[in-house]
Amino acid sequence: MADINERGYTSPDVLVSTEWVAENLNNENVRIVESNEDPLLYPSGHIPGAVEVDWTNDLNDPIVRDYIGKDAFEALASRIGITPETTVVFYGDKGNWWATYAFWVFNLFGHTNTKVMDGGRTKWVAEGRDLTRDVPTYSETEYKAPQDRDDKSIRALREDVLKHVQGKGQLVDVRSPAEYSGEKLHMEGYPQEGALRGGHIPGAKNIPWSRAANEDGTFKNAEELKAIYEDEQGLDPNKPTVSYCRIGERSSHSWFVLNYLLGFDNVRNYDGSWTEWGNSVGVPIEK
Amino acid sequence: MSNIPTKLEETREDFSFITNRMERQEYLIQLADGFNEVKVPERIASQPYDESHRVPSCESEAFVWAEENEDGTLKYWFDVLNPQGLSAMAIAVILDDALSGAPLDQVANVQADIVFDFFGKNIAMGKGQGLMGIVNMVVAEAKRRQGK
Repeated sequence: MADINERGYTSPDVLVSTEWVAENLNNENVRIVESNEDPLLYPSGHIPGAVEVDWTNDLNDPIVRDYIGKDAFEALASRIGITPETTVVFYGDKGNWWATYAFWVFNLFGHTNTKVMDGGRTKWVAEGRDLTRDVPTYSETEYKAPQDRDDKSIRALREDVLKHVQGKGQLVDVRSPAEYSGEKLHMEGYPQEGALRGGHIPGAKNIPWSRAANEDGTFKNAEELKAIYEDEQGLDPNKPTVSYCRIGERSSHSWFVLNYLLGFDNVRNYDGSWTEWGNSVGVPIEK
Repeated sequence: MSNIPTKLEETREDFSFITNRMERQEYLIQLADGFNEVKVPERIASQPYDESHRVPSCESEAFVWAEENEDGTLKYWFDVLNPQGLSAMAIAVILDDALSGAPLDQVANVQADIVFDFFGKNIAMGKGQGLMGIVNMVVAEAKRRQGK
């Protein structure tokens, strides 16, 4: 795979290679963050110096179906010893689904000095790089979030999506074709995250998240991505776009691709996704 | 008296004493380290495996087999093709230890949500379903051999 800077991305600086991470393990201005689906992976071995941000325990409000608020985010950021100036590099399992999800949440609070390790945990392990079970400790900071949680710029809520649909806006459904068609009411293996109705949001194009990734988990180059999203599916980078999946984690991967690698102007992730839309009263679906 | 295998009840009780998340994770990782002991031997199955043994709801690509013991009980065998599927490996070790050789009618009574007794309630969204799928597959084997 070509060097990240040679792949034609609009914002290549949001991606770093495994080599870059290996060279920056002791860089005090960099914090490596692992975010996984399987909770046993981080404690079983992680990149030396990496901290864990767990999607369930750290990023979600335990009561409301929502993300943590500003205070909780500041407490989390302080605990992992970062300041607003720290470069935070995310990586994880499942092709970086959860890493891009955590990346997206950090950006909701204006922590934009964020990057993703291309290829994620799978590539790091495949290359035989060091793993450790030692959990690092960093001096706690007094982190002040750059902004309140911004639920408008990169996040779409149900009512936003409804207006977007009524305005015939661009939508990208990143689920599997069977979920998109309504043949399946949930992703294989995730029946409790299903919906009463099968199908998709009217007008949505079906572009499964995995089409943006190579076999080794790295992102395809810009030319290959353009061929899929723009040439094949006809998406216009100048028009507002909403991505969604089942709960918002796979679509954060596609949000990352559209926003940073292809430079679409206005991309929002609809984290309510099909588990909300498919069960909502008063919203239309298409099969 | 419990209607599930005694060993499973004991395992569940052991886990109930673990209240610290990190301690729980360490214990589960230790169990996963013993996965080779329950990994299906070639005399039972070799890759590519028959898809009928695939756990339909497991992202870690888990497979389950059952071999009949002389006393009519079953010995359960597993494979997990995703090398990062540690949780799947851990539950396989737990199930082999607690259910292999247990009376089939008791195995048939095991409820899939027992995985939350081992992994905790805060397991990532969706993860529990794959693990419950492995339990369901073992229970289904027991029921099938009972002719249910």
